[in-house]
Amino acid sequence: MKLKTIMLGACSVLALAGIAGAETLTIATVNNGDMIRMQKLAGAFTEKNPDIELEWVTLEENILRQRVTTDIATKGGQYDIMTIGTYEVPIWAKQNWLLPLDNLGADYDVDDLLPAIRGGLSIDGKLYAAPFYGESSMVMYRTDLMEKAGLDMPDAPTWDFIKEAAAKMTDKDNEVYGICLRGKAGWGENMAFLTAMSNSYGARWFDEKWMPQFDSDAWKATLNDYLDLMNNYGPPGASSNGFNENLALFQTGKCGMWIDATVAASFVTNPDESQVADKVGFALAPDKGLGKRGNWLWAWSLGVPAGTQKAEAAQKFVAWATSKEYLDLVAEKEGWANVPPGTRTSLYENPKYQEAAPFAEMTLESIKAADPNNPTVDPVPYVGVQFVAIPEFQGLDTAVGQQFSAALAGQVTAEQALMTAQQLTEREMRRGGYIK
Amino acid sequence: MARQVTTRRKLGMTAVGWIVALLIFFPILWTVLTSFKTEGTAIATPPQFLFFDWTLENYFEVQSRSNYFRHMMNSIVISVGSTLIGLIIAIPAAWAMAFSPTKRTKDILMWMLSTKMLPAVGVLVPIYLVFRDWGLLDTRTGLVIVLTMVNLPIIVWMLYTYFREIPGEILEAARMDGATLANEIVYVLTPMAIPGIASTLLLNIILAWNEAFWTLNLTASKAAPLTAFIASYSSPEGLFWAKLSAASTLAIAPILIMGWFSQRQLVRGLTFGAVK
Amino acid sequence: MATLHTRTSARLMMSPAVILLLCWMIVPLAMTLYFSFLRYNLLMPGMEEWTGFGNYTYFLTDPAFSTALVNTLVLVAGVLLITVGGGILVALLLDQPFFGQGIARLLVIAPFFVMPTVSALVWKNMLMHPVNGLFAWIARSFGFQPVDWFAELPLFSIIVIVAWQWLPFATLILLTALQSLDSEQQEAAEMDGAGVVSRFIYIVLPHLARAITVVILIQTIFLLSVFAEILVTTNGGPGIQTTTITYLVYVQALLQFDVGGASAGGIVAVILANIVAVFLIRVIGKNLDK
Repeated sequence: MKLKTIMLGACSVLALAGIAGAETLTIATVNNGDMIRMQKLAGAFTEKNPDIELEWVTLEENILRQRVTTDIATKGGQYDIMTIGTYEVPIWAKQNWLLPLDNLGADYDVDDLLPAIRGGLSIDGKLYAAPFYGESSMVMYRTDLMEKAGLDMPDAPTWDFIKEAAAKMTDKDNEVYGICLRGKAGWGENMAFLTAMSNSYGARWFDEKWMPQFDSDAWKATLNDYLDLMNNYGPPGASSNGFNENLALFQTGKCGMWIDATVAASFVTNPDESQVADKVGFALAPDKGLGKRGNWLWAWSLGVPAGTQKAEAAQKFVAWATSKEYLDLVAEKEGWANVPPGTRTSLYENPKYQEAAPFAEMTLESIKAADPNNPTVDPVPYVGVQFVAIPEFQGLDTAVGQQFSAALAGQVTAEQALMTAQQLTEREMRRGGYIK
Repeated sequence: MARQVTTRRKLGMTAVGWIVALLIFFPILWTVLTSFKTEGTAIATPPQFLFFDWTLENYFEVQSRSNYFRHMMNSIVISVGSTLIGLIIAIPAAWAMAFSPTKRTKDILMWMLSTKMLPAVGVLVPIYLVFRDWGLLDTRTGLVIVLTMVNLPIIVWMLYTYFREIPGEILEAARMDGATLANEIVYVLTPMAIPGIASTLLLNIILAWNEAFWTLNLTASKAAPLTAFIASYSSPEGLFWAKLSAASTLAIAPILIMGWFSQRQLVRGLTFGAVK
Repeated sequence: MATLHTRTSARLMMSPAVILLLCWMIVPLAMTLYFSFLRYNLLMPGMEEWTGFGNYTYFLTDPAFSTALVNTLVLVAGVLLITVGGGILVALLLDQPFFGQGIARLLVIAPFFVMPTVSALVWKNMLMHPVNGLFAWIARSFGFQPVDWFAELPLFSIIVIVAWQWLPFATLILLTALQSLDSEQQEAAEMDGAGVVSRFIYIVLPHLARAITVVILIQTIFLLSVFAEILVTTNGGPGIQTTTITYLVYVQALLQFDVGGASAGGIVAVILANIVAVFLIRVIGKNLDK
């Protein structure tokens, strides 16, 4: 056994030195439904490219992010393709850690990518990661409960309407909660929602001089309304609910409304998984009449790290997985409703897709309504709708998220949470040299 | 009369003993049961205990997503390998400490233990850089090295406490008879120390098997053990209780079975010199 | 007694372990120490600069630091209390003869074999979940409002999970110690009319002292670095109620990718751990020498 280990070690050293035979691509990806489907369908790619083998590393989102960031920043070279989001791409591309995707093939049709998504993944017009699926956020609601409440959901609701509807739909004795929102601390969890919501309230993370703005009235209004909604009409245990927890709640019929990622639409309308599949309606994320809506923009994308020795093969796979051809493949095997959404204009023009996916139009409208370069009512020095594309942001936003989660759990007041958030953000900004 | 009382008492103890044992075991039992349910029944209220449609679909789903057996092999190689190497290094050290103690022996021992208190995450980047330069990332060799180091203090300490309980006179006698150091170890010490070594071995295999920080952060695919396997189930989308249960059952089954079969050996030596 | 010859060979035999551990400790420690004086963020290469004690000041003035320190100690103490107390009770129980004792013992030790991540996931999602969890169902069937464990009692919930994993370990060690208890002494005391309680206090407990010491020592070492359970269940929250020192270092290292800050945090944690170690050796180590 020991010998074998040594041999294996020696082999991998050789492999690192670049004396490998058939090319093996190591792909790091997140354990979302669409990625797992890609893994299952990847046989179609290897059939056509018999000289390329695929090795999958599927991880939970946070672990994935740690792993790939450590690896790319130390030039560890363990992965040939990484699944990353719109937050990482601009930061990494600036460091020249990602290869520009300039070799995607003639029939890739880059111009077909949705402009909002493509813009978020490009720097100086060069695409650094290819979008696998894109999402915004929107309101998903139970049509039957809405009817019972005697209300009619407009296509573009306001926060006031959401509150009214939540109040009328809540029926705690039957475990029906008017609204489910994210409460679990984390920059990809409650803060994604709250930052997007705050944009519609006219709040912003920083002013033009990078001074944090949590002491503003707009943030106060955001947090107070959020707490008010959740405490009165939300499910128990909301402060530990993230995307997955809420999805499970909605699928089992315990939520009246749920404002979350547009990709959830295909899960809640899938009769195999959802008990309420035929009773779901969609609407744009709410606004406050200030010109911005509370929806975000995100795209899980495939990037090729600069350290790989298999750049050509890697680009070939990236091109395949984000192509029109792949969309057709999924449609053929799993039906149009399960196609990864939010990346290509042509998909939304496809009548078959429009028919199979009742949420198609609303998804497209939501994505179009988000503008990462101009996310807030007042001007800001940063890029990103529900995030701020600076390296310090992940840790900072998680700390702020913990405060808001504590406020939701009733352990601190909204004022205290905002004050602490303000202090720790300012501290971090000073350390980073943003505030001189 | 007296006999009746003891029987009654024994019956009472049986009831209490089993209730406590089942309570402690319950989370595992519940996980195993859930792994045979469909996602729908997994979260049904009221919960279904035994009378549901048993299904294996979760296991097929889990296997189709990731190669369970490769992860399991990695776990076995890494945990057994690191434990064996650890023992080879630790036995002489512990022997020396137990039979030729100096003033500083205790300090060295405590210092070794204190290395275990270093928070792994604080040294991740330095180790990652070293591993990258030596080409040890995502190799079983690399993980064997790390886990040997991580568990070495415990191994040395456990062995030390056993060895100390071996009466010194026996060794003196052997030495009088002209036994060399090597003979002393092979013929005198080892047979007496076997129970202790066996339980050290078992305990460290368990610890190495369950180690989830280094095994997750220093591997990608080739050397990834079961801890990485489970990391891809910690929050898939939507209903995942049954799939999570199936993956969890698979991840703990090998070590649980090993533990159960060897529990006699494990327990016999698992005293850390505590029995006096 | 030891001759020069044996002493030299003793050093020789000790040296591989000592040298290896020394390397394991010194190399990363030296690198960590070096990094801890640098302003070094993995995401901003080329910006490294000497910053003196900047990282230390930053880590120690973190508003969460003192809470994290307290949380760490509460977590360790809480788990020790439950496992030692519960361990004694379960060990006493398993020491009595009853039907199916062997199987019951197997069931009791099982949690020790469960990976921390797995046990955290199972407890969080299947037992303590306020809507779909089994506890919630039990509470509701008795007409109570289900407890929202990770929001209302976050640190306690984590203590329960960790204690569940370590209870078998404590039980096993205490049980082996119990079984070596002289039964004649027990019977003699019983003859003298000593009650169950006084027999426990005057005979059983002193006999277990050494075993308890061992349990505390070993568990403390592992409990100081408990981390997976927190990450899976609460992410250190709500607020900072379950943030421990290890978790703070994690935030620096794997969320901020601030190698300088994480290194400083790591050094601080090592110093704190060593204070605990010295304390343990002073107070408890004596017990081991008996």
